[in-house]
Amino acid sequence: MNPKNPRKILAISSGGGHWVQMRRLRPAFDGLDVAYVSVKADYAQDTPGCRFYTVRDVNRWDRFGFFILTLQLIKILWRERPDVVVTTGAAPGLLAIFLARLMGSKTMWIDSVANCGRVSGSGSLARRFVHVCLTQWPHLKQDDGPDYWGAVL
Amino acid sequence: MIFVTIGSMLPFDRMIQAVDRWAQETGCDDLFAQIGNGQYEPRHMRWERMLGPREFSQKLEAASLLVAHAGMGTVISAMEAGKPVIVMPRRVAYHEVTTEHQVHTAEWLQDKPGIFVAFSEADLPAALSLAQDHLEMGTTLISRSAPAEFVNKVRQFLVE
Repeated sequence: MNPKNPRKILAISSGGGHWVQMRRLRPAFDGLDVAYVSVKADYAQDTPGCRFYTVRDVNRWDRFGFFILTLQLIKILWRERPDVVVTTGAAPGLLAIFLARLMGSKTMWIDSVANCGRVSGSGSLARRFVHVCLTQWPHLKQDDGPDYWGAVL
Repeated sequence: MIFVTIGSMLPFDRMIQAVDRWAQETGCDDLFAQIGNGQYEPRHMRWERMLGPREFSQKLEAASLLVAHAGMGTVISAMEAGKPVIVMPRRVAYHEVTTEHQVHTAEWLQDKPGIFVAFSEADLPAALSLAQDHLEMGTTLISRSAPAEFVNKVRQFLVE
């Protein structure tokens, strides 16, 4: 890595537990050029000194929301041009890594530690196109993905 | 203070109502509840619908015990603050959540120190007395970052 030109990272997550898990991964971005995306403006308090974008929170039934979110994400990806996009879920992160993949970024899905019974629906979709798909539970690891590297706890 | 939180705006009246009833029956008057969009308004607890991250942290620090939905965000926050927590899973059958993942979370958490599980509102009073007898035990205090090994592996992928 060239210290004068650190990798550009875009870290995106939904609210609540997804964001709390992203927060615990902040040390992985130390010294890198990281921007955060989440669904509540006041989460920016958790990432002082970093660029922070707020996007619409959606679930899979909210078609209009997905349309708005897609426009928001394209704008952010266009401006940021990240080398890598990493997400801890859920729907906004899935859409972000899908768009980022089309735009040539490396992508990583980290399935929530809450999914100890099975990988989330979004995670199963992400597995088909991301560069790295991780579960946080060793017993959910599979040869064709998701992989297990550890957990945020 | 007992801090009751349902973690988001999605209603979880089953839990709020049960804790409010417990407060009435025991006369415990030092409770604060975050109740989201629930229809039930507590009569024996102070309450707000939503808290920002700063207010949430303040309530968490001031609390001796949490009563919460079995969401990992709340559970991790409780562990980062070293506070004991009672969790109750949201259920699909009552339209409180879209999958049964909180039941799985609760099953996984139930043997962890400082974490008490009420699988339904009927279990809450017992969990509350049990937890209050073990307040000194606390939760296993965890650091505010993921374990270094996991952080390093993720970082390696980011920079390579």
